[in-house]
Amino acid sequence: MAKLNVNGRVVEVNASPDTPLLWAIRDHVGLTGTKYGCGVAQCGACTVHLDGVPTRSCGITLGSVTETQKIVTIEGLSPDGNHPIQVAWRALDVPQCGFCQSGMIMAAAALLAEKPRPTDEDIDAAMTNICRCGTYNRVREGIHRAARGLSG
Amino acid sequence: MNHIRTSRRSLMQAAGALVVGFHIAPRGALAQAAPANATPEINAWVVIHPDDRVVLRMARTEMGQGTRTGLCQMIAEELHCDWSKISTEYVTPGQSLARNRAWGNFLTAGSQGIRQSQDYVRRGGAAARIMLVQAAAARWGVDAATCTAKDSVITHTPTGRTLRYGEVAGEAARLSPPAQVPLKEPREWTLIGQSVPRLDTADKTTGKLIYGSDLKMPGMLVAVPRRCPVFGGKVRSFDAARVAGMPGVKHVVQIGDYGVAVIADTFWQAKTALDALPVQWDGGENARIQQADINARLTEGLNATEAFVGNSHGDARAAIAAAPRKIEAVYSYPFQNHAPMEPMNATVVWTPTRCDVWCPTQNGEAALVATAQAAGLPQTQCDVHRVDLGGGFGRRTTHDWLIDAVLIAKQVPGVPIKTMWTREEDMVQGRYHPITKAKMTAGLDANGEITGLHMRISGQSILSFVFPNALQNGRDPVQFQGLNAGGTEGAIGYTFPNLLIDHAMRNTHVPPHFWRGVNHNQNAIYLECFLDEVAHATNQDPLALRRKLMANHPKHLAVLNAVAERIGWGSAPPAGVFRGIAQQMGFGSYVAAAAEISVNAQGQLKIHRIVAATDCGVAVNPKQIEMQVEGSFVYGLSALLHGECTVKDGAIEQTNFDSYPVLRMEEMPKVETIVMPSGGFWGGVGEPTIMVAAPAVLNAIFAATGKRIRDLPIKDQDLRRA
Repeated sequence: MAKLNVNGRVVEVNASPDTPLLWAIRDHVGLTGTKYGCGVAQCGACTVHLDGVPTRSCGITLGSVTETQKIVTIEGLSPDGNHPIQVAWRALDVPQCGFCQSGMIMAAAALLAEKPRPTDEDIDAAMTNICRCGTYNRVREGIHRAARGLSG
Repeated sequence: MNHIRTSRRSLMQAAGALVVGFHIAPRGALAQAAPANATPEINAWVVIHPDDRVVLRMARTEMGQGTRTGLCQMIAEELHCDWSKISTEYVTPGQSLARNRAWGNFLTAGSQGIRQSQDYVRRGGAAARIMLVQAAAARWGVDAATCTAKDSVITHTPTGRTLRYGEVAGEAARLSPPAQVPLKEPREWTLIGQSVPRLDTADKTTGKLIYGSDLKMPGMLVAVPRRCPVFGGKVRSFDAARVAGMPGVKHVVQIGDYGVAVIADTFWQAKTALDALPVQWDGGENARIQQADINARLTEGLNATEAFVGNSHGDARAAIAAAPRKIEAVYSYPFQNHAPMEPMNATVVWTPTRCDVWCPTQNGEAALVATAQAAGLPQTQCDVHRVDLGGGFGRRTTHDWLIDAVLIAKQVPGVPIKTMWTREEDMVQGRYHPITKAKMTAGLDANGEITGLHMRISGQSILSFVFPNALQNGRDPVQFQGLNAGGTEGAIGYTFPNLLIDHAMRNTHVPPHFWRGVNHNQNAIYLECFLDEVAHATNQDPLALRRKLMANHPKHLAVLNAVAERIGWGSAPPAGVFRGIAQQMGFGSYVAAAAEISVNAQGQLKIHRIVAATDCGVAVNPKQIEMQVEGSFVYGLSALLHGECTVKDGAIEQTNFDSYPVLRMEEMPKVETIVMPSGGFWGGVGEPTIMVAAPAVLNAIFAATGKRIRDLPIKDQDLRRA
């Protein structure tokens, strides 16, 4: 049986090794904040952190992930929902339907971890997630806002 | 983990849509499991708990457009409740049916969630306040007229005594509704018109919000369906035995005569088995249809003798024939998929006597009709429990996916079945933006003034597919959105000496549907780009030309002037930057856009900035309107730049976001929104701005390159300077 380290907890997953990590997280670990939007690593709704790296979880299999690799999902991004990105998102009312936002937030948090003061170009390069409602401009503003907060 | 217990109450709590506590007789086994709820319902819209919590009930659906918050603002404006104590719940269409449609229309489309609800939800709030005040006055033995209500507290003004709403809710609930329910004057509003924060943001930042695809129930199985890829095609055969032994597979079923589904423990198991399932399809005659056939059919319609007239005065044909100069251009607009981020899904429990579904729908009542029909049960033995939508855009106003889900669940009685579409199924089994072409012809006099305009539309009618009973002697009135001679919904903003707008209906086997912005999307491109062509051909400024034609249309003109002023029309743009402008009225609102773009030597387009103006009469929440305007640009520019579905061998060719690209962050321009409500009417905001997004940019592209793009999308077109 495969073992995953999800949000600091080691979980046994009884699923075929070719199961995408996305579906292992949703259907076996039981965390549904990570969304299925395309299944081909195009939309980013399934973005999680794999050892800190933003990763489209639909594109890697359960069998390729080891117990030592730390997976963080939207549910584990912060203990109380107060990661600076989440705080900025609430301040600006970024989400519309919200379905893409778990992936957006995970991608944005990873960007900030790598580049505490990202430029617009950095944001364009890192934030390739799809939103159909139209939150892009507020996502950008939210990242800048969180960055300002982080750097005091 | 959001595990769901068996009672209907808990099902709906887990679904994030608390739909309980009505004074109606429970029906069916699931309903009987729900505990009685003594919470006072003041009226259909307002529930007040003893601890002052205020629950406002929603018939319209939240899909990201902010309707939940706007509706609460309108009810609370009259209820005078404590805003911080508000939560909402979805009523079910079954409950509404049992109460003589107490909640009115559930349809959440056509940008009407706010504007078509505003009167009765405000009256609902006002009636509840009157009853609460009466209850307090009765307890004190004073005249209700000497009492006031604010922030959920009733004060007897002469003595200063107070009672909280929660303290008198039980008594208020027993009072008769007031005969007269006066509403505040707009100048008295304190909540309507305010940019209050959304009520539903927090759970969307933590992954807690439960969408339809996240639902779980004990014993639930997951179905992944596939229909014949050719619309109208059938299943010839499939070999269930080949996949029956695969991990997790429980059932392989047929859907009607057109589809199959694998039912398994999990989505991935079902999808894996479905991919391995040998299926023989019979596409029938439609399997021979190619995109070129459809295009040729539309081209034929451009010159056909017979056409339905949408707007006509004078004699445009004669004026054009007599004109010394004529300009003609042919435009086209493609099929597109709605592509909401959450693929279609529904969870169904079917038994021989009862069918309950949990699903994201833009129209609960239509979903109930679809459920009952597919279930083979009366509506009174069915119900639809709503969850927030992962995007709608019109796709979830129709329920083909729900019918399939019920037909699947019906084959496994008593077991909760969550039917989930793959993105690929969502792409090839969509309900598409209708395909049309238009031939625009203008007659010009010796001074370059338009003497007659003929707009011939050729192409698909939505109504003839969706609501054929709504056709008017064969004519589809929706075809002429934004081109009508008058009316409050979508009137043309120009006066021409002679005008003819007509439609040669050329339907295809590809099912069309309402798609955010609907027929405005192409109608605005056709008219606004062609007027731009006329302006350039006659050496007129595009804004000046429009102004001459708009003297009788002051509201259209006001938004156009607003964007022209803000963008600095008439002054020189930054070096290398070019401007375009467009206006249109739709969904009861007046909108205009002005775009600044550049095209580099390689023909790459950059949209720098768009200014948008909206006159929606009353602006309930200006910040929400800004968000809807930004969203409209994402949708409209995505269509302009990328959106196209094509037909090969009768089926849609695009299968995912790699072959059906959509707008991403790097392509998104800065948006400046001017909200300019002129009062006296209620217009929608979810869609109108889409209609001006594409023409403003296309007109700017012409200014930059001298190239007139008449066929969308522009992804494959060479934008290098002519």
